[in-house]
Amino acid sequence: MNPTHPASAAIDVTGLSKAYGDKVVLDGIDLTVPRGSVFSLLGPNGAGKTTTVQILSTLIRADGGAARVAGHDLAADPHSVRAAIGVTGQFSAVDNLITGEENMALMADLHHLDRHEGRRIIAELLDRFDLVDAARKPAATYSGGMRRRLDIAMTLIGSPDVIFLDEPTTGLDPSARHAVWQIVRDLVAGGVTVFLTTQYLEEADQLADRIAVLSGGRIVAEGTAEELKRLVPGGHVRLRFLDPAQLGRAAEVLGTGVRDDEALTLQVPGDGSVHTLRALLDALDNASVEVDSLTVHTPDLDDVFFAVTDRPGHEKVQTR
Amino acid sequence: MSTNVHVLHARDSLTMLRRNLLHARRYPSMTLQVALIPVFLLLLFVYVFGDALGTGIGQGGGRTAYLAYLVPGILLMTAGTGSVPTAVAVCTDMAEGIVARFRTMAISRPSILVGHVVGSVIQTVINLVLVTAVALAIGFRPDAGYGEWLAAGGLLVLFVLGLTWLSVALGLISKTPEGASNAPLPVAFLLPFVSSTFVPVDSMPSWIRWFAEYQPFTTVIETVRGLLTGTQIGHNGWMAVAWSLGITVLGFVWSLRLFDRDTR
Repeated sequence: MNPTHPASAAIDVTGLSKAYGDKVVLDGIDLTVPRGSVFSLLGPNGAGKTTTVQILSTLIRADGGAARVAGHDLAADPHSVRAAIGVTGQFSAVDNLITGEENMALMADLHHLDRHEGRRIIAELLDRFDLVDAARKPAATYSGGMRRRLDIAMTLIGSPDVIFLDEPTTGLDPSARHAVWQIVRDLVAGGVTVFLTTQYLEEADQLADRIAVLSGGRIVAEGTAEELKRLVPGGHVRLRFLDPAQLGRAAEVLGTGVRDDEALTLQVPGDGSVHTLRALLDALDNASVEVDSLTVHTPDLDDVFFAVTDRPGHEKVQTR
Repeated sequence: MSTNVHVLHARDSLTMLRRNLLHARRYPSMTLQVALIPVFLLLLFVYVFGDALGTGIGQGGGRTAYLAYLVPGILLMTAGTGSVPTAVAVCTDMAEGIVARFRTMAISRPSILVGHVVGSVIQTVINLVLVTAVALAIGFRPDAGYGEWLAAGGLLVLFVLGLTWLSVALGLISKTPEGASNAPLPVAFLLPFVSSTFVPVDSMPSWIRWFAEYQPFTTVIETVRGLLTGTQIGHNGWMAVAWSLGITVLGFVWSLRLFDRDTR
């Protein structure tokens, strides 16, 4: 028991570590996920996301540290943890040789639902996940999006309290991705706790209440999307000019900003609001400086990600 | 409490067996194929070599006598070849995401393997029945009564159970399906050949005879042969049962340990 975290935490992890031989995969991570929230573990390939999910879902053992999932100790009582969780892995956990409906029936049998109850839940889930037409076809013939929906539907048959989704949208097309996002939102509305790993910053931003950035086996940043964005310097406006003379005048007039003579750009701090932009352009207009083009850059999770994982050479510009 | 655990094991094993039989029904490819090998060998040895070998083994000689001698060994070879599809199926299945899902569920863990074992035993028994039917069709006329048929059948099923657990373990240690299809070959072919399947062990040089006489296949073959055609069983009876039980326990313990190795 961890006295600082009451039983209300769905997942409570302290000092979790795992190494394969000399290679340290997890180097002591701490996490707390409140019940009924979405927690996203964000990180590049090889950061240790899948290993974390495998440990928390009882697939592999940790070398050190302690964890409680749904109130049960992972090491002492894995069976109770298993009874409370549902897992949708990075690689789809469906039986490809049998039909979607048979996959669902398999899960109903393993959860020991009685026949009538099982049939009712299966019909309901197939309908909810838009799989009624494909129910009698082998899962091997499903598209990526359908297979992922079946995968999640199978996870839901046991009515788990905590659901692990390991990169649930990797490899999906945009419409399938949005369908999965909607499923996650509905789950949380139903009171389920979701532990989500992803390499997509947008996904974490869209879905998660709290985000932890995992890099090299350590949590390098944690907080809400807003808190994380505050970790990196604010936004800026980038002005491009047609010739060096205009650029020089602009720099003089504004008296601030980072000047790039090669690219003929001036990067000035600013949040991109209409008010800021108008003031900026007015000032340049009054000094008869002609601006060729303008782009607004607001900090997003990419900036956070690159800032905390020490990856150089990024520049994400958005033109909204 | 312990009854609940047993109910859980039994119930989940039945579910896993249903899954396994569903796979076998949809994709019957390999399991039936392996029954063709013993049938082919039966026909080859009876019709090509049978007359000469029948004379060689004594007992009145001739093709018909050799057929009677050969069938028990061919049945054991059917049991042996059945281990190949089992190992491949287990190896393939373990790589599937669905098994990772099973491991994260609050179900009986051995049931995942028990489903494979019972499914494979059923399929190998079907193969045994087919091979027996072919033998009867080409003139095999055992003088066994119901009791002897039952005893021979029971021993064969017990031996198949042992081989199947062993093949499950071989499937679990194999990294690829190709490796899994090679791993049981000594069991499927080498041991049946170096046994009393085709010729009596007395005809072998002494260094190989010692091995051939006491290895599991020979003891089971001699027992089945005795039950069906009335030859001497002697010490082979209890040795056959002991080998079958021993291999079953070994395969079972080894398989469960391998299955738990990757996880908890």
